[in-house]
Amino acid sequence: MMGEEFVALSLTPILIGTLAAIACALPGNFLLLRRQALIGDAISHVVLPGIVVAFLITGVVAAVPMMLGAAGAAVVAVVMIEAIRRLGKIEPGAAMGVTFTAMFAGGVLLLEQSDTSTVHLDVEHALFGNLESLIWLDATGWSSLWDRDALAYLPVELPRLLAVLIVVALFTWIYWRPLKLSTFDEGFAQSMGIRTGPLGFALVIVAALAAVAAFDAVGSIIVIAMFICPPAAARLMTNSLGAQVAWSVLFATLSAVLGYVFAGYGPIWLGANNAVSAAGMIAAVSGVILAITAVAGPCRSRSGAPAEG
Amino acid sequence: MTPLELATSNGARLQNAHAGAALAIRGMTVSYGQKPAVFSVDMSVPVGSMTAIIGPNGAGKSTLLKAALGVIKPLAGTATVFGQPVADARARIAYVPQRASVDWDFPTRVLDVVLMGLYRELGLLGRLRGTHKAKAMDCLARVGMQDFASRQIGQLSGGQQQRVFLARALAQNADLYLLDEPFAGVDAATEKAIIDVLKSLRAEGKTVVAVHHDLSTVADYFDRVFLINTTRVAEGTVEEAFTPQTLQEAYGGRLATGQLGQTALGA
Ligand SMILES: Nc1ncnc2c1ncn2[C@@H]1O[C@H](COP(=O)(O)OP(=O)(O)OP(=O)(O)O)[C@@H](O)[C@H]1O
Ligand SMILES: [Mg+2]
Repeated sequence: MMGEEFVALSLTPILIGTLAAIACALPGNFLLLRRQALIGDAISHVVLPGIVVAFLITGVVAAVPMMLGAAGAAVVAVVMIEAIRRLGKIEPGAAMGVTFTAMFAGGVLLLEQSDTSTVHLDVEHALFGNLESLIWLDATGWSSLWDRDALAYLPVELPRLLAVLIVVALFTWIYWRPLKLSTFDEGFAQSMGIRTGPLGFALVIVAALAAVAAFDAVGSIIVIAMFICPPAAARLMTNSLGAQVAWSVLFATLSAVLGYVFAGYGPIWLGANNAVSAAGMIAAVSGVILAITAVAGPCRSRSGAPAEG
Repeated sequence: MTPLELATSNGARLQNAHAGAALAIRGMTVSYGQKPAVFSVDMSVPVGSMTAIIGPNGAGKSTLLKAALGVIKPLAGTATVFGQPVADARARIAYVPQRASVDWDFPTRVLDVVLMGLYRELGLLGRLRGTHKAKAMDCLARVGMQDFASRQIGQLSGGQQQRVFLARALAQNADLYLLDEPFAGVDAATEKAIIDVLKSLRAEGKTVVAVHHDLSTVADYFDRVFLINTTRVAEGTVEEAFTPQTLQEAYGGRLATGQLGQTALGA
């Protein structure tokens, strides 16, 4: 009964949303503990000039050059933030603020100056993405999961986000100990020979990779929410880093699945007749989870708990 | 002798003097902004000694340690540990940073903090075994903190935290221990526990260097002192280097002369 319709219309958006949410939440844990959580926000703003430049160079609206442009812009932004922070001796939040407003403004100017009027680069798309449109029309039911012809027509975002998630997860797994040590006690980590500078840089690059891939598929609202909400809620559940990361993955998954389902069916259950934005609902669910843990989480309210980066 | 010959023979002599040193610092100069925090400092710590680094707030004590460890990049100067460059001797060094440098809200338990001392042994992906945990528990027991193993690190008192960080240094099983203010904010009992551990390290032939502020206990705890105020003021055994004159020079007008005389004479 529900198989056909579900696999064709809901399965891929839910999977893509979940992959994006986890890919952002994993590095988000470390960024949150390092008081750099807003970097997800920064990255999703700075990709605009990258996308415009990619369009100006190639002259086409295609996913691959645009993602390369976005990734390039993210790297430029990360370098700028680090440079401003170190050379200007400014706190990270301010350095990010300066960088992302400047680059976003640069992107808007570029967009106005260049002949991009024919291109469809609208704000709504950037904010909310197009999760609902990432459907798998070739699927005829669960059996399509074993059907090579149907699999060939999976939305390209799915394998792409899966690849990004694998990179992010591998990075987190391999560098777990140095990441933990240098986040907790940087001087000690350096005295042990851990090169904390390059490691912190690599962390931000990995976060940028996740942000750009997720931004392309699901929009910046989810990116910003998933970098902060699941890790912050997870921190309130436990006093162990490993458990925090596990909780954050669970919360990210819950947000993506529940958010998508509520967006599609919630309004109908409530008697309204059209669905609301899945991206917005996913972000809202993650916010609700954070609110619940802030009130009832077992490890909340220690002095100066960094609930927000 | 030409100046060049003189210089090289001087260099060779200094090299020999440093060959047996646990820690040898040469010409260390560090600057955060315009003014150097540490200027052209030489230091030589004999193997098996216990040295107090003494000087007023902002004298560059922490900076000197960090520069020696390569935690901060110096403008000039080198540091060797047991005759090797620091980068090659990391396994032989344990470092306890000043308390403020740690993120106390970090989600980690006391035992995990001590296990961090085993990082060089474990590597990136080496499996954490029961023996590692047992070793960490032993180190906690040496500082009397075994009952707190599963507490979150931020939920300890300052003195308890200090002991946990000493336990982490013990887990490193090093030959040279560098401690930045191990006695800051601890009560008499904890101070006693810490100094007992440090003295037992010396008895094992290890070398201990600690930044220390309490002038009245210097002679009891340490056998050598290193006085610094941006530049080196004095270095040597407590009798040689810990005198009213050197203290006056290091602290300037900040200590009453009477107090200086008392501390140094009482020593
Ligand atoms: N990260 C930093 N940025 C800029 N200046 C610094 C920094 N750390 C230390 N300084 C400055 O360098 C000088 C030496 O500082 P340092 O921390 O080494 O002193 P200290 O002897 O350890 O003092 P204390 O007894 O207070 O711990 C001080 O004037 C201090 O203001
Ligand atoms: Mg200091």
